[in-house]
Amino acid sequence: MPLELYKQKWTQKIYTLTIGATPAEGGTRESVVQVGGITALPFLTFEGEMPYSPVIAMEVWDMVPPEWPPEAVAPFADVIDSPVKWAKKCVQEYQAQLLCLRLMSIHPDTKNASAEEASQILKAILSEVGVPLIVWGSGNAEKDNEVLPRCTQVAAGENCLFGTATKDNYKTLVASCLADKQSIIAESPLDINIEKQVNILISEMGFPLERIVIFPTTGGLGYGLEYAYSIMERGRLAGLSEDKLLAMPVICTVGPEAWRAKEAKVEESEFPQWGKASERGPMWEAITAVALLIAGAEILVMRHPKSINLVKRIIGQLMGKEAGKE
Amino acid sequence: MIVIGERINGMYRKVGKAIQKRNKEVIQQLAREQVEAGAHILDVNTGPASANPLAAMEWLVTSIQEVVNVPLCLDSTKSDVIEAGLRLCKQKGVINSTTGQKEKMDVLLPIAAKYGASIIGLTMDEKGIPRDALGRSEIAVSIIAAAMDKGVPIENVYLDPLILPVNVTQITSVEVLKAIHDFKTLSDPPPKTVLGLSNVSQGTPNRSLINRTYLVMAMAMGLDAAIMDSTDRELMDAMISAEILLNKSIYCDSYLDAYRRR
Repeated sequence: MPLELYKQKWTQKIYTLTIGATPAEGGTRESVVQVGGITALPFLTFEGEMPYSPVIAMEVWDMVPPEWPPEAVAPFADVIDSPVKWAKKCVQEYQAQLLCLRLMSIHPDTKNASAEEASQILKAILSEVGVPLIVWGSGNAEKDNEVLPRCTQVAAGENCLFGTATKDNYKTLVASCLADKQSIIAESPLDINIEKQVNILISEMGFPLERIVIFPTTGGLGYGLEYAYSIMERGRLAGLSEDKLLAMPVICTVGPEAWRAKEAKVEESEFPQWGKASERGPMWEAITAVALLIAGAEILVMRHPKSINLVKRIIGQLMGKEAGKE
Repeated sequence: MIVIGERINGMYRKVGKAIQKRNKEVIQQLAREQVEAGAHILDVNTGPASANPLAAMEWLVTSIQEVVNVPLCLDSTKSDVIEAGLRLCKQKGVINSTTGQKEKMDVLLPIAAKYGASIIGLTMDEKGIPRDALGRSEIAVSIIAAAMDKGVPIENVYLDPLILPVNVTQITSVEVLKAIHDFKTLSDPPPKTVLGLSNVSQGTPNRSLINRTYLVMAMAMGLDAAIMDSTDRELMDAMISAEILLNKSIYCDSYLDAYRRR
């Protein structure tokens, strides 16, 4: 008797999200990115469809990141004090399809930059690069509420992805994303119940579920990755079953988490037995990324070009596009 | 939990009258109300008084499908009435119901197979309704065997252990709970289970409370579906809460709203 593989059938499709808008769609982007639309667990294409590859968003900060280890700074050393040049380098030299602009300069603990300053940076980047954008606030609720609405305005028509909305701070961002037709990142602190709750709060304001991206909070390799993985997996299983409030694409902040790990950032002189810092950091980031891809991440925010290249290749292989290569 | 809305039944005076006078508006309103309140399937029963039940069934099915897009559960003792309804169904329907009596199964199971319909099997036979869970399981086995024999896939079979009014026979509510559990062990894949829920509270003053209490108990035993009043908000709230407590859906603070948004 021939062996028949058991195939799991799911009833629901993960929403498809487009980031970016071309001139034909009312924006100025040269390209757009699509994620989601999956009808099975990640990469199990024999069970369902996975119409779009997961994408990597390269991190760009609006200020010199104070705590990045030298290995993470090195690829951007010549542009790190200019967000626009940094963004251009990501696109031109590292072939980024998507950028994640982190507005860290607005945080009261850093430069406390104004809404005007931040929105001007965003505007400049939009005019200098053609790829779609994710715009991520500082995490300071009050300041984000002051700055992000200006940014959604400046980027009106560009169909960006803005974050983050949390259970205790979502109304301002939801309203401005709704007004300026941007998509939104819903953040929850590694908690499936809150993950669902934030989505319902956002949708109660009339925001379409298909324009929400789930940010379940990311754990780095060795620092809670398993927990993040299990939350993501549980959410995705529900999303594929019948829970529309969990059927959104997922974003993970791989770069920030991986490069916080001691194993990624510590100098070679301190632990010579751990091997070369130039390999160790990127590997830590890449391994974190791959685990999260398997857990169901559609958008990975990443930092180092080396790890990005590696993960891109792995995505290609998992999607069956480069089978046998490498 | 699959909710089968019970209110389009000629037994209710309002519905009976609407059928007699072919008052579409009343029926369509009931259909919309029940679906909006969370019914996944609508039960359709022409009632005992209908002079021409076949024509009434056709009229009901057509009228309902003009306003809602859910499967229908065709409720009649006459096989030609059921088949007339099935013929008009846009989605695969449910036959309500056969019993374990051979002559009923011989007629209704082939109809289910022909239309790809599901079928409710009441666990009673020539001798009536068994006293205990074991007797119900015996009839359940014969219904499952007959379904397989007639080409009705087991996932299309809903076994109904027949709940009786608690003020008439209190022991039955216990035996039915056991039966719901036991039915699941009778085949692989297991059959589905269904209850005509409102029967449990027939003739009692606290109908809604008894209905929702019993529904939750039955769900804990593995009940898959109930013919019930989806417009009873407290009943639906209890059901949604039970799904959370049984880990069938993911909790969030607004889980009641979340359920109603699906």
